Amino acid sequence: MSPFLQLQNVSKRFGALEVLRDLNFSLARGEFVAIVGFSGSGKTTLISLMAGLLRPDHGSITLNDLPITEPGPDRGIVFQNYSLLPWLTVFENIFLAVDQCFPNWSLAKKTAHVEQYVALVNLSPACDKRPGELSGGMRQRVSVARALAMDPLLLLLDEPLGALDALTRATLQDEISRIWETQKKSVVLITNDPDEGIYLADRIIPLNPGPGATLGPSFAVDLPRPRERQSLNHDPRFKRLRRDVIGYLTSAQRQQRAEVHRTLVLPDIEPEDLSNPRPLLGGRRRPIRRREIKHENIAV
Amino acid sequence: MSSPNSSKLPKVPKLDWLILPVLGFLVALGLWQLISMTIAQELPSPAKTWRESRDYVLKPFDKRGEMDQGILRFTWYSLVLVAKGYAIALLVGTPIGFLLGLSKTFSRAFDPIIQVLRPVSPLAWLPLGLVLFLGAGKQASELGALFTIAICAMWPTVLNTAVGVRSIPQDYLNVARVLKLSRTKTLFRVLLPATLPYMFTGFRLSLGIAWLVIVAAEMLTGRPGVGGFLWQEYNALNYSRIILCILTIGSVGFVLDRLMSLVERRFKTA
Repeated sequence: MSPFLQLQNVSKRFGALEVLRDLNFSLARGEFVAIVGFSGSGKTTLISLMAGLLRPDHGSITLNDLPITEPGPDRGIVFQNYSLLPWLTVFENIFLAVDQCFPNWSLAKKTAHVEQYVALVNLSPACDKRPGELSGGMRQRVSVARALAMDPLLLLLDEPLGALDALTRATLQDEISRIWETQKKSVVLITNDPDEGIYLADRIIPLNPGPGATLGPSFAVDLPRPRERQSLNHDPRFKRLRRDVIGYLTSAQRQQRAEVHRTLVLPDIEPEDLSNPRPLLGGRRRPIRRREIKHENIAV
Repeated sequence: MSSPNSSKLPKVPKLDWLILPVLGFLVALGLWQLISMTIAQELPSPAKTWRESRDYVLKPFDKRGEMDQGILRFTWYSLVLVAKGYAIALLVGTPIGFLLGLSKTFSRAFDPIIQVLRPVSPLAWLPLGLVLFLGAGKQASELGALFTIAICAMWPTVLNTAVGVRSIPQDYLNVARVLKLSRTKTLFRVLLPATLPYMFTGFRLSLGIAWLVIVAAEMLTGRPGVGGFLWQEYNALNYSRIILCILTIGSVGFVLDRLMSLVERRFKTA
């Protein structure tokens, strides 16, 4: 059986900048995979390709053997910046998605469905608030609830916790973990935090830094679930995984660094003496160019 | 942290918002009096202005003749005409703004024309409006005035709507794409609400212009209204009533702007 989600030899460039080159990736049904990389290494481009918001220049992306050509509600996305519509309440934001995905349901069924997912992310008291009245963590929960309420085949999380503070982050990680245990969706999580990836995922794959980013080797996370954050920190397997992943990423970045060649053009200009009076008509004298200076007397 | 600091600051008198504007008003009144006594003897003094226009202010809804009516009655005529022209401006301007914002082709094609037509004065449009509706007979002056108001007041709405549509965050559009909203649904559930704050800024500016134009339109067509009254009193050498008209026009404009900014704020928070 071919994998659930498959990317084969995918390349994407924006103008002269090649972001992804010959990228291969596959995801089994019900699997939770984390892709870890430095910021700016093309993570968001990668997930936009999976979502269908972008099309690859080369290569193919298939979900259930069908090529992905456009975004659709079968892939729920949680964006880093929440992407909630600020003029709608929490309920209405999720209802818009539910209404769109299940047009044949009765109003009562849709409402119950929305309320169920609001409760799932513990937001029932804030159901009638607008996103502007919520904290970042709460907004991200709404976003997660909206994605899940669409009952997607695949859940794409694009640095969902990137903009949150460390404590809120930990709480939401616990919640995502809990929700995943109950829903068993296929998930691709994009993150810049290896710990987050190891804590949540079955498999963790480093994304080599761009330009021309590809995926590194996949590290299986063989930690039993449910995972306890406290005990995890002392687990030797956790420590080894963490060291391997971070080690891989930093060495990949170092290699990348060695290849950088730049020609620096220094400004050809000299400091101006502002204490000299300006000419009467206000015409400014041209700044002095370094290459025009013939003799320089420096008083020490 | 801030409360002990702020209590040490010198106390600002609470009636500031009342006393200072009244003071400013008195200064302006004094200047007016001074000018009327010195350099412009023909300019009626504040007291004379009040004496001569008392009838129009104290009996604001009287109708003694076609061009001899209470000031609020005149204002009402003007407001009705403005409302009609303004409505046309919004109904025409908003869709054009959306098209400009949504379509690069449309924007490339029509933006230059809009930029050329936008700075044209109402005084220049009015004769054209009258020519356009020559065939309408008695209605010509009203239709011409409406045309002028609409075409002058339209631009802020057009441009602000276009800017609003262009500055809709990509996130909102991504939401629409992921949910596969239909075109109409995207327009009414995403584009329109996201643009509303910009649109209302445009609406407010448009209303200001519509009110500016009405005076010019009435002066040239001689229709009963604040502007028509002003022009008639100028021709009748009743200078004090010109000042009455100016003050009325200013106050009404101010009130309209305040009302619109209230509506605008209501949508800003949304």
